[in-house]
Amino acid sequence: MSARVLVGVKRVIDYAVKIRVKPDHTGVVTDGVKHSMNPFCEIAVEEAVKLKEKKLVKEVVAVSCGPQQAQGKEIDLQIISNKRMTVGFILQETIRTALAMGADRGIHVEVSGKDYETLGPLQVSKILAALAKKEEANLIILGKQAIDDDCNQTGQMTAALLDWPQGTFASEVTMDRDMLKVVREIDGGLETIKIKMPAVLTADLRLNTPRYATLPNIMKAKKKKITTVKPGDLGVDVSSRLEVLNVEEPPQRLAGVKVETVDDLVGKLKEAGKI
Amino acid sequence: MTSPLRGEVFRLYKNLLYLGREYPKGSTYFRERLKAAFMKNKDVTDPEKIKHLVDRGEFVIKELEAMYYLRKYRTLKKRYYEEEH
Repeated sequence: MSARVLVGVKRVIDYAVKIRVKPDHTGVVTDGVKHSMNPFCEIAVEEAVKLKEKKLVKEVVAVSCGPQQAQGKEIDLQIISNKRMTVGFILQETIRTALAMGADRGIHVEVSGKDYETLGPLQVSKILAALAKKEEANLIILGKQAIDDDCNQTGQMTAALLDWPQGTFASEVTMDRDMLKVVREIDGGLETIKIKMPAVLTADLRLNTPRYATLPNIMKAKKKKITTVKPGDLGVDVSSRLEVLNVEEPPQRLAGVKVETVDDLVGKLKEAGKI
Repeated sequence: MTSPLRGEVFRLYKNLLYLGREYPKGSTYFRERLKAAFMKNKDVTDPEKIKHLVDRGEFVIKELEAMYYLRKYRTLKKRYYEEEH
């Protein structure tokens, strides 16, 4: 009952948006593009909130790393005027969404400019590991991966840095005092493991059904506290060892052909060497 | 003149408006229909009837939330998991 859960949330380009590569192939276009919380992070938040509702944990803390862009005021206006929140949907809004879903408080790790562009799983896991120690967390729940870089590394790296056990790709979690029973999604089936807390969990798609952050709850979440820290305060170096050489669009899918008769179809298939 | 349910109706409208921002056919499409639906019942004064209509609005909220969830779930499933046979 005294456990504290740290949940990592990432702000990514919305899943429904068509991604465009920048003309200079250094990355993807993010300006003026709708962003939202990474869907796997939503699942992680939901799981943490559920544990709290079952009174198995005491506090849920949502953490996110990123720059401090616009001011809060702009966002308030945009909600009221029902304009699409594009520029205004800043990182704190992602934390706010987690708070609206039921997290107790938020931590915004301020990373901006060049550091933010190169921020990868290693840097984030260092930050999370440092925060877990500072906040005396017993459990870290993360999404298994983010839908923007698809790295699927942060949870594993965090567990390694803290030397904690990990339950990755969780599709079912049961907590019994300081033991966790985790059903994991693995190739061709499910695996059940038992690990001791403190531990790191990463959420798979079927773990739960995330609740919707409704407008009244978002308004209420404004009263919850978000503290801002810098990686330096945590003693974390966020410099990257990776260099992005080139970003390419996936190959275009070729248009199909319509055939009139079965014979045509057989002919075409023979032509393509399929039969 | 003002009904004690006025606040409740306002809240419902605001909540629906907020949900409409993610509507697949666009927020404008949603907003127009939302407004029309509310305007159609603007002359209703019977508290029982208003309550009934608000309940219907709450039901629509639940349906929208379920639809958004399913839409997201299906997209992710298609993107990240192989077809099941």
